[in-house]
Amino acid sequence: MSAQQLMRPSAPRRWYADPARLALLALLVSAALCFLLPLYVMSLTSFKSMEEIRNTSLFALPPQLSFAAWQAAWSSACTGVACEGISAGFWNSVLIVIPSTLIAVGLGALNGYALAFWRLRGAGSLFAVLMIGAFLPIQVMMLPLVRLLAPLHLVGTLTGIIIVHVIFSMPVMTLIFRNYYAALPRELFLAARLDGAGFLYAFLRLMLPMSLPMLAVAAIMQATGVWNDYLLGLVFAGREHLPMTVQLNNLVNTTTGTREYNVDMAATLLTALVPLLIYALAGRWFVRGIAAGSLKA
Amino acid sequence: MTTPYVRIDHVSKRYGDTVAVNNVSLDINKGEIFCLLGGSGCGKTTLLRMLAGFETPSSGALYIDGQNLADIPPYERPVNMMFQSYALFPHMSVEANISFGLEQERITRPEIKRRVAEILDIVKLGDYAKRKPHQLSGGQRQRVALARALVKRPKLLLLDEPLGALDRKLREHTQFELISIQEKLGVTFVVVTHDQEEAMTLASRVGVMNRGEIVQVGTPRDIYEFPATRFVADFIGSVNLFDGKLSEDEPEFVRVGCPQLPAPVYIDHGMSAPPGADCWVAIRPEKIELGRTAPAGPDNWAHGVVQGIAYLGDMSVYLIRLDSGREVRVTQANRTRKPEEQFKWDESVYLCWDAGSPVVGMG
Repeated sequence: MSAQQLMRPSAPRRWYADPARLALLALLVSAALCFLLPLYVMSLTSFKSMEEIRNTSLFALPPQLSFAAWQAAWSSACTGVACEGISAGFWNSVLIVIPSTLIAVGLGALNGYALAFWRLRGAGSLFAVLMIGAFLPIQVMMLPLVRLLAPLHLVGTLTGIIIVHVIFSMPVMTLIFRNYYAALPRELFLAARLDGAGFLYAFLRLMLPMSLPMLAVAAIMQATGVWNDYLLGLVFAGREHLPMTVQLNNLVNTTTGTREYNVDMAATLLTALVPLLIYALAGRWFVRGIAAGSLKA
Repeated sequence: MTTPYVRIDHVSKRYGDTVAVNNVSLDINKGEIFCLLGGSGCGKTTLLRMLAGFETPSSGALYIDGQNLADIPPYERPVNMMFQSYALFPHMSVEANISFGLEQERITRPEIKRRVAEILDIVKLGDYAKRKPHQLSGGQRQRVALARALVKRPKLLLLDEPLGALDRKLREHTQFELISIQEKLGVTFVVVTHDQEEAMTLASRVGVMNRGEIVQVGTPRDIYEFPATRFVADFIGSVNLFDGKLSEDEPEFVRVGCPQLPAPVYIDHGMSAPPGADCWVAIRPEKIELGRTAPAGPDNWAHGVVQGIAYLGDMSVYLIRLDSGREVRVTQANRTRKPEEQFKWDESVYLCWDAGSPVVGMG
């Protein structure tokens, strides 16, 4: 291809069949199928009655739509001794996700800002320690953390599980905000300082509003991460506040008589709905935020 | 004798082994536009950053209005700065950008509004208060940056390449505006630039810097017409430099013999140096006259052939190869439209100049 062709501004793209393109397309389609097929089967199954599940093929459409399984999953299926569905788990998860996300994103942004613009003594080594923390598997830290929080009476409380989520999110949150702020022109910060802005004023008035795309990315990452968490919720949330994922597990594993596949599927889909919705509504922000971070660096 | 307003007293800045600013002393008067001019890495920006408080001097002291700046953090200095990139806050309106600094002082809302309106009026952006920076042209952004830097009424405003981001037409217009705003407010300006045109047009005085040192301070005219060193002569404008030896040194004149020139260079002032001393002679391209006939008199002429012509409209630049092989740059104003008065390629020409034109120096 000549240089002139390369430099021409993009003409409206026409679809053309090139072997490489076809191969790429085939790969993407099969990858999509791999992920969509289970979702397809789950959705179908959740709308069938047990009778229909036994008598029809796995891939067959339900003869008639039934929302009974969804209703049962939400409000009457047994999760252990109690038979109240997973709605309680849903609200517990909401109570856990919202503060853990707000606090983690806010603190991460503040940390990143301090590390990027305020050249404090020891900031470099602090950052290094934080990064090491990011690479340690959380299972290793589980027992020490329980021992640490127990005397403070924080194990098995809502506050406790929120604190634990915030702690484990700090390395990644700090890293993404530090990198985002490091890519901003330092002169913006200096100009604000010359105008008399202090640590918090420059952060709240200047840096926070300028990092909206990154705030969105961080919030999406943190919210889906916390929503999907199982282990921390099981260990730290306590009986009163078991998140939806733990409730789902209990629901699926509580069997009295026949296993109700349709209810299991409906409960699973209900649990997965929130991260799916977050991506559907905010996915565009997610891509934009990631692009902004990488291109400016 | 007025006392200097800004005093830079034997200031040095070292980073490890490298010396960025070397023992600089400088006095800047109240209300003047002082320009630090030099190539990249000459230390001018470091000096500016020390005035702003982003760097601390390794030795020496800085004073504004008699006050030592040593222990005063940037935001408490009576100093503000206009950055080369303007550093406007992109998510804020023009108004909010300007009031950013005021809102942290104990000033009432109406007073803030009044002062923002006042400064917007001065920079002629009254109608743009609600716009965001990305909705403004380059010149307008520059004026917002200026307004933001001036609204807190600093005693000293530092400007880092203020015209650098503007196109040529706009620069000319903006520099006159900048000067008129400065005169109206009486704020002292210190401008840093590598662009001599910017320095010459803005500054009341220019300090030329090289390798961390101030090599000459003077009015733009002084440093152009009477460069103190070979570096300044070469750095400011374009110039033809010749090496030579002093052959006569009288109180009223000197003669210098240059191997590359056929005749001695006669200069109409004395310079008190031993005869035979090595020296240099600098002649500006616009001070050389081109002619087709041999000039009368024994001194200040040369002969050569036109090697290149650049027609620039208002003037033409000629590259002339002297008989010695040396190339010389000559500019001639195109005063008429008659083509026969222009010199042609390969034409044989004589060069001559006034006894007052060349600059002679030793360093």
